[in-house]
Amino acid sequence: MAGIKLTRRKFLIAGAVIGGGLAIGYALKKNEPENAALSSTTGEGEIALNAWIKVDADGQVTVAIPRTEMGQGVYTSLAMLVAEELDADFETIKVEQAPIAAVYANVIAVQDALTPLSNEYHEGEETIVGSAMGSVGRLLGVQATGGSASVRDAWTPMRHAGATARALLVKAAAKSWGVPAEDCIVEDGIISHVASGKSSGFGAFIMQAAEETLPTSVSLKSESQFKLIGQPQQRIDIPEKVVGAANFGIDIDLPDMAYAAVTLCPVPGGTLTSHDADAVKNMPGVLKVVPFETGVAVIADSFWRAKTAAEALLVTFDEGETASFSTASAMKTLLGNLQTGDARSYADEGDTLAVLEEAENKVEGQYEAPYLAHACLEPMNCTAKVTENAVEVWMPNQAPTLVKWFAAQVADVPSENVTVHTTLVGGGFGRRLEIDLMVMAVTIAKALPNRPVKLLWTRELDTQHDMYRPAAVAKFEVALTQDGKIDAWYNRQVSQSVSGSFTARLLPWATLDVPDTTTSQGAADLPYEFANELMEHVPVKLPVPVGYWRSVGHSMNGFFTEAFMDEVAAKAGQDPIDFRLAHLSNHPDFVNALKKVAEVSNWQVPLTAGRGRGVALHQSFGSIVAQVAEVTVDNDKNVSVDKVYCVVDCGLAVNPDTVSAQMEGGIIFGLSAAFYGDITIEEGRVINENFPDYDMVRLANVPEIEVHILQSGRPMGGIGEPGTPPIAPAVTSAIFAVTGERVRSLPISKMGYTA
Amino acid sequence: MIHLNINGKPYELDVEDDTPLLWVLRDTVRLTGTKFGCGVAACGACTVHVDGEPVRSCSFSVIDAVGSKITTIEGLATDELTAVQQAWIDEQVPQCGYCQSGMIMAVSAMLVENPTPSDEDINETITNICRCGTYPRIRKAIHRAAKMQGGN
Repeated sequence: MAGIKLTRRKFLIAGAVIGGGLAIGYALKKNEPENAALSSTTGEGEIALNAWIKVDADGQVTVAIPRTEMGQGVYTSLAMLVAEELDADFETIKVEQAPIAAVYANVIAVQDALTPLSNEYHEGEETIVGSAMGSVGRLLGVQATGGSASVRDAWTPMRHAGATARALLVKAAAKSWGVPAEDCIVEDGIISHVASGKSSGFGAFIMQAAEETLPTSVSLKSESQFKLIGQPQQRIDIPEKVVGAANFGIDIDLPDMAYAAVTLCPVPGGTLTSHDADAVKNMPGVLKVVPFETGVAVIADSFWRAKTAAEALLVTFDEGETASFSTASAMKTLLGNLQTGDARSYADEGDTLAVLEEAENKVEGQYEAPYLAHACLEPMNCTAKVTENAVEVWMPNQAPTLVKWFAAQVADVPSENVTVHTTLVGGGFGRRLEIDLMVMAVTIAKALPNRPVKLLWTRELDTQHDMYRPAAVAKFEVALTQDGKIDAWYNRQVSQSVSGSFTARLLPWATLDVPDTTTSQGAADLPYEFANELMEHVPVKLPVPVGYWRSVGHSMNGFFTEAFMDEVAAKAGQDPIDFRLAHLSNHPDFVNALKKVAEVSNWQVPLTAGRGRGVALHQSFGSIVAQVAEVTVDNDKNVSVDKVYCVVDCGLAVNPDTVSAQMEGGIIFGLSAAFYGDITIEEGRVINENFPDYDMVRLANVPEIEVHILQSGRPMGGIGEPGTPPIAPAVTSAIFAVTGERVRSLPISKMGYTA
Repeated sequence: MIHLNINGKPYELDVEDDTPLLWVLRDTVRLTGTKFGCGVAACGACTVHVDGEPVRSCSFSVIDAVGSKITTIEGLATDELTAVQQAWIDEQVPQCGYCQSGMIMAVSAMLVENPTPSDEDINETITNICRCGTYPRIRKAIHRAAKMQGGN
């Protein structure tokens, strides 16, 4: 509906036609729904409730969710925000995927991604720079799910949506009963007027509510009035996921649908030079062979037949310049830039280099992190149907706005003729912010017009054609005072830029060399109070496509900085927790998290021989997480992570059970990386193929995890990513506690440890 | 033509003998609850029951299922949810949910063989991958389901 100016009445009718019910919306600013997001900046009474809430004649409430459900529980938590203020019956509430519209832009995610110097943990979204970027986010109108931002971003508009709809319904009920609206109460979807004994569900008033004038202002509940928010709610999407009824992108089933499988050039940037279509044309079910720039697709009447034919094709590629590239050579480039090369400073306090020059007591360390794949369990897929002047896309994706913009380009149709269906996602972790599958699917579907074509990659293609978490190296040098505190902290890092790589994929004409949060986050914004601090980063260009991977820059910086803090604590002869506390005098929230994790983990109580603890503290996406890992290491360097204690301070926890689940999942995601994650490239191609050589934690080596949620009252933070960064340093420090050996390069197998 | 019995229903299907059962279920019979994860029997997302035995259907030729009773996630519950499915809801196990069909099928088969599995039994038997990391809840849900079944 974006781009079409609808009057309120027309909008309501459209809602009724489309949904079989009535969409209650408010449009402000002269009834321009697409401008609604701007209204939050224009003062009280002008905020738009747009297409968030539908109610039918039976009182059924349906909430439109503008974010992607990829397991992080966003269908439930965003529905809770609406239901809380609407006083709806949460047990019966339904959700549906919202369409694409500017009003649904994820302002906070865009703001965080584009704000090069945002100081997340102190000011968060309140920074001046942050606000300015927030405006940019609104203008860009990018609807995306990422940056652990969904609940923070929806917090105000979706509660307003609920409150405004409630006010309209109450007004209508009061008018129909001839009673004052302020004497009516709403509970579990029932409006009541106690004195007259009148009582009815929402459904009886939806037509009248639609005619009511919008309230000039609505008041939102205070925290003490919340009934749903802050209480664990069962996830709305779980019942269908236990009976096999949940529809992921791979499950799309359309009339007359065909299936596509591809053979791709194994080297990124390489191109197809020849293929012999005749060899497979007569194989069972084969409909068409479609060559494109980087490979060949076979379209058939089932995926298996398409795949069998695609593998039987004789193809040759020009592998291009990257064919001699390897991760070994990449590591040399990264390490070379650790010593020389222009760096960009992200934190610069005091006179760090001068203090280090003079210092007598110094500690140094050098760390490495590998390339990592996302390995979403649902393999990459996209279904596309191209007709003469339109394209329809069904895709498990995290960025429908980007899918829409670029589908229009690939299919060469007007943007308004693109329909994007965002399905449930079988794991996202940042991989599905990319549009490569859409581009490939639409390209292939153009060769078979008027039929939906489902493109599916194999696991091998997923592993070998990812946009990887960049490899990175870091060196540290600190000066210790006589009483064993850090006086100067120097950290130099080298890696590719994630946002640079991502932007270059979308906009190849854009040459961006600008400061980049994705490289420095979690290293330039440490909570520790150092009188002198210099954090600098050298962005290097390498032919590996890199992308957003759960917790992005924090995923390596959390390991580097916290593993090194542990190292300095040991050199200073201090307890790792006491050492950190000594550098956090003005950061009470961090102190609380550390003290809490010390308490719940019985930090002071020694473990038996062969067992040890490690701690890590890291803030990301507005939330503070402290973890203690308890490990056992035997004489053959077999590591067992027995238990992880996790303390999270994310401000108000909207759905506490989801916060716990995301901490558990984030820890295990980080453990898989710490144990096994290592993408290796030789002769330009990724040599890892599938789970046997890109392994995952399983039940047999998963620790017991105990999550504690702090209620500090600090501003709300995200929860999808912050659980991941601290686990690797907690584990490597625990290994040190047992063995006295530092793991400075991940995965731990590089140091001969097995998990 | 290949004749199969899936969830108690007979099917006559035009597929090659060596087609993996997974793709027959998903693309030919259109039962999409069974998932494709790796294609090499490494992740277990495609687990179904063939005569009650857990089978990784991505690596199991359809011809080998002829004459057997095939049960998929869609056919696991008849009127009401099984104890395993209910335990999955009670413990709020799934995140993205993609692996959970296979997990539930693998666990359901294990509990038939071993109604009261120890943690070690679980570790040895359930080797499926969950990329979201729902394992701690899976473990709790298995024990809960075992208890529920024992109580019936």
